Amino acid sequence: MTTFNLNGRSVSVHSPDETPLLWVIRDEIGLTGTKFGCGIGMCGACTVHVEGRATRSCITAVGAVANANVTTIEGLDPEGRHPVQVAWTELQVPQCGYCQSGQIMQAATLLKDFPNPTDQDINAVMAGSLCRCMTYIRIRKAIKLAASRMRGGAAQ
Amino acid sequence: MNNLSPHGFRSADEPSRRGFLITMVGAGVMLGYARRGLADQSTGTAGDLFEPTIWYGIDRTGTITVNIIRAELGQHVGTALARIVADELEADWAKVKIALVDTDPKWGLMLTGGSLSVWQSFPILSRAGAAGRVALIEEGAKLLGANPQSCTARTGAVHANGRSILYGDIVARGNMRRAFTPEQLKAIPIKAPRERRLIGRDTMALDVPSKTNGTGRYGIDAAVEGMVYARPKIPPTRYDSKVVSIDDSKAKHLPGYIRSLALDDPSGIAPGWVMVCAESFAVASQAADLVKVTWKSGDAAHVSERDIQNRAAELIANLKGGAMLVEDAGVDAAFASAKQKLERTYTTSTVMHFALEPVNALAFEKDGVFEIHTGNQWQSLILPVLAKALGRSQDKIVLRTYLLGGGFGRRLEGDYMVPPALAAKALGKPVKMICTRADDMRFDCPRSPSTQVLRMAFGDGGRVIAMDHQAAAGWPTAVMAPSFLPKDAHGVPYDPFASDGADHWYTVGAQRARVLLNDLANRAIRPGLLRSVGPGWINWAVESFMDEAAHTASADPVAFRLRMLDGAGRNSGSAPNAVGGARRQAAVLARAAEKAGWGAAMPKDVGLGIATTFGQARSMPTWVACVARVRVDRASGSVTVEKLTIVIDAGTIIHPDSALAQVEGAALWGLSVALHEGTEIVNGQPKDTNLNTYTLLRMGGVPDVEIEFVPSTETPVGLGEPATTAVAPAIGNAIFAACGARVRHLPIRREAVLEALAQRA
Repeated sequence: MTTFNLNGRSVSVHSPDETPLLWVIRDEIGLTGTKFGCGIGMCGACTVHVEGRATRSCITAVGAVANANVTTIEGLDPEGRHPVQVAWTELQVPQCGYCQSGQIMQAATLLKDFPNPTDQDINAVMAGSLCRCMTYIRIRKAIKLAASRMRGGAAQ
Repeated sequence: MNNLSPHGFRSADEPSRRGFLITMVGAGVMLGYARRGLADQSTGTAGDLFEPTIWYGIDRTGTITVNIIRAELGQHVGTALARIVADELEADWAKVKIALVDTDPKWGLMLTGGSLSVWQSFPILSRAGAAGRVALIEEGAKLLGANPQSCTARTGAVHANGRSILYGDIVARGNMRRAFTPEQLKAIPIKAPRERRLIGRDTMALDVPSKTNGTGRYGIDAAVEGMVYARPKIPPTRYDSKVVSIDDSKAKHLPGYIRSLALDDPSGIAPGWVMVCAESFAVASQAADLVKVTWKSGDAAHVSERDIQNRAAELIANLKGGAMLVEDAGVDAAFASAKQKLERTYTTSTVMHFALEPVNALAFEKDGVFEIHTGNQWQSLILPVLAKALGRSQDKIVLRTYLLGGGFGRRLEGDYMVPPALAAKALGKPVKMICTRADDMRFDCPRSPSTQVLRMAFGDGGRVIAMDHQAAAGWPTAVMAPSFLPKDAHGVPYDPFASDGADHWYTVGAQRARVLLNDLANRAIRPGLLRSVGPGWINWAVESFMDEAAHTASADPVAFRLRMLDGAGRNSGSAPNAVGGARRQAAVLARAAEKAGWGAAMPKDVGLGIATTFGQARSMPTWVACVARVRVDRASGSVTVEKLTIVIDAGTIIHPDSALAQVEGAALWGLSVALHEGTEIVNGQPKDTNLNTYTLLRMGGVPDVEIEFVPSTETPVGLGEPATTAVAPAIGNAIFAACGARVRHLPIRREAVLEALAQRA
């Protein structure tokens, strides 16, 4: 049994320690916003935050997050109104939408590290997040929009 | 939300879902019941819901629920279709919802592909909306005590003499029994374009909010009480594999492992499949790696990409066989008398769908009906197959609709529903199958490799007097729906989806286009429909060749094409779908050239390349032109696309922002296929099965993209695929302009650029 903190609540799960965190979140706990894409940590669809860092849950054993704080798309913001989510909606980023939970989780940590990201920062940090619909143009715009809003908010 | 508690955790109640209502205002996804309608389009109802046709209903609160039979796979099609209804209905858009409906014979053909949705649905949904407006005005007039002639409908209410009544109140208080026969529906006039109030204007797509907060429900998210998880063991060949033995001794110690089940499939979709079942997917997946299956494989077990391409060359070299897509008199005579001739061969590699959601389905029997929960693009095609596999009639099978984590043609095949359905039947309990990425790739129906030989004959002054096009590839339709194959003038069947594009709109004198089924491809890999299908590889050849032909004739590539896009004879176009014909293609070409600064001096090793296509089919042309600006590194051969300029004429644009999103995605898809993707068949299987070796465009490779739509009130045509078709040849032509290296194979690898540079030197 592993106990960890998920979206601000303590959860105890029975899956063996080596079980990928992704399947524990999706199948045992039942939060399906985090997606399965490649299973080898190379598409980013399964991205969650572990202690605030973007983490590929498909290659992270649940045993490795014992007692850690884990956040999924469902817990990013209580109202689903994180500035990244707002920008994503305003600019109509998602097409099929399947990768977008992972994109949003990755972008949210990007903005913590780079409050005013350059195109190169975005290229580097988002390189691991594949979008098969190729919504990259809007992802870039939305990251910049969210960044400017967050900087504005911080200044006030 | 019926399976998410306020804390976001799944409750135990089983997800009995039918229609899938997506709310307008950011509330995410709501589940509800789409009301069952009557058997034909004209129903007419009394009571709580007014349903003038099967396509939508209006309740007493004025909420309008539009039934969407198309799959939501990224194109926001539900929003576009609802806008068409709402515009004619004069609805209040804030009151409009969409329901992604489950299968039911009343919907007719359920198919989402070919960039057809808006084009096919526009006339039907426009008239359905207009019918509702007529009925609401009639009844509203009575309630207002006004003459219907003096009433107008606007923003969800009927108005007369300064008074008005809301649609919901008309439904609640009126006697909404107005019904329309199919003939009456057909005869209802639709509004003039200047009267449109929603079409052509932007709105937030109804499916987007649920895709930003994790509440959107995809097939992989489907769950039911007591279900068993399964991961397949995919046999070595697509056809004719047989299970000889299963050794699961190493999996037996895994807690939660249930069993490995060899499927007996009367439908022939999944021969030699073994389903490894467990209490969780994590265990099923782990167990599948430990289970050893011995197969007797089919005869495609040793087929390679080269074998398939050699077969294509052999078919083309044989003057007999194939179907004649275009067959003018005098082609051979023109070539015999030509002043100059050009012949070139173009090839493309196998390309994978790589929809990000691996194929999956949940299947179970409930109350005598077999339910399959998954996302799919061509439900009407797979239902009879499922009926055969399960040994029951189609009316005892229902497909529950979900969002699709990418389609791109992969989910036009419903093959992935068959194994879990058979397993559920065998085990007597719900089975949810999920393919891993590698399973999904090995079970894909890839874009076939292709080989094409193009020839052109020139007369005096570089004038084009004849063109001959030979194209050989796997034919998806021959596998999936052979009865759909049309026939040429000699009665020879052909696959239009593997042929479209060879029947282009250029006036080239005597023209011949022969299309050949690569039988080896069809036997070995089950070729599939991949975004833009044939036009994806055929325009690679046609537009690369036009560039080479222009240089042969010492002409500017734009001027050369414009001369042939003269709209003469059969290229003059026809109403309603191709009004203007080739002249509209010339217009987008000229505009793209102008916009991109065609003819301007370029820095060293930078070049502009142009290509133009008519999208998916002559019968529904979407006019596209693309200019690519690329930089070539001569030392490494690597190609950087700096900019894509695209001009597109798709007739009336229903929802401009979604249309733009489709073109953005399609353009980058074209770039991805041109430079990043591609695999090869090795021993009957794709060589690359995951992202460690199968590469796609990522953020860093995205160029500047400029897109312009031609303003138009012509028939709305397709948008999901067309822009993909012009990008690869524009890039190839730009490489030539940048450094003189001519590439004739997709994907364009740097080795090929280096080789072409060496040949030039």
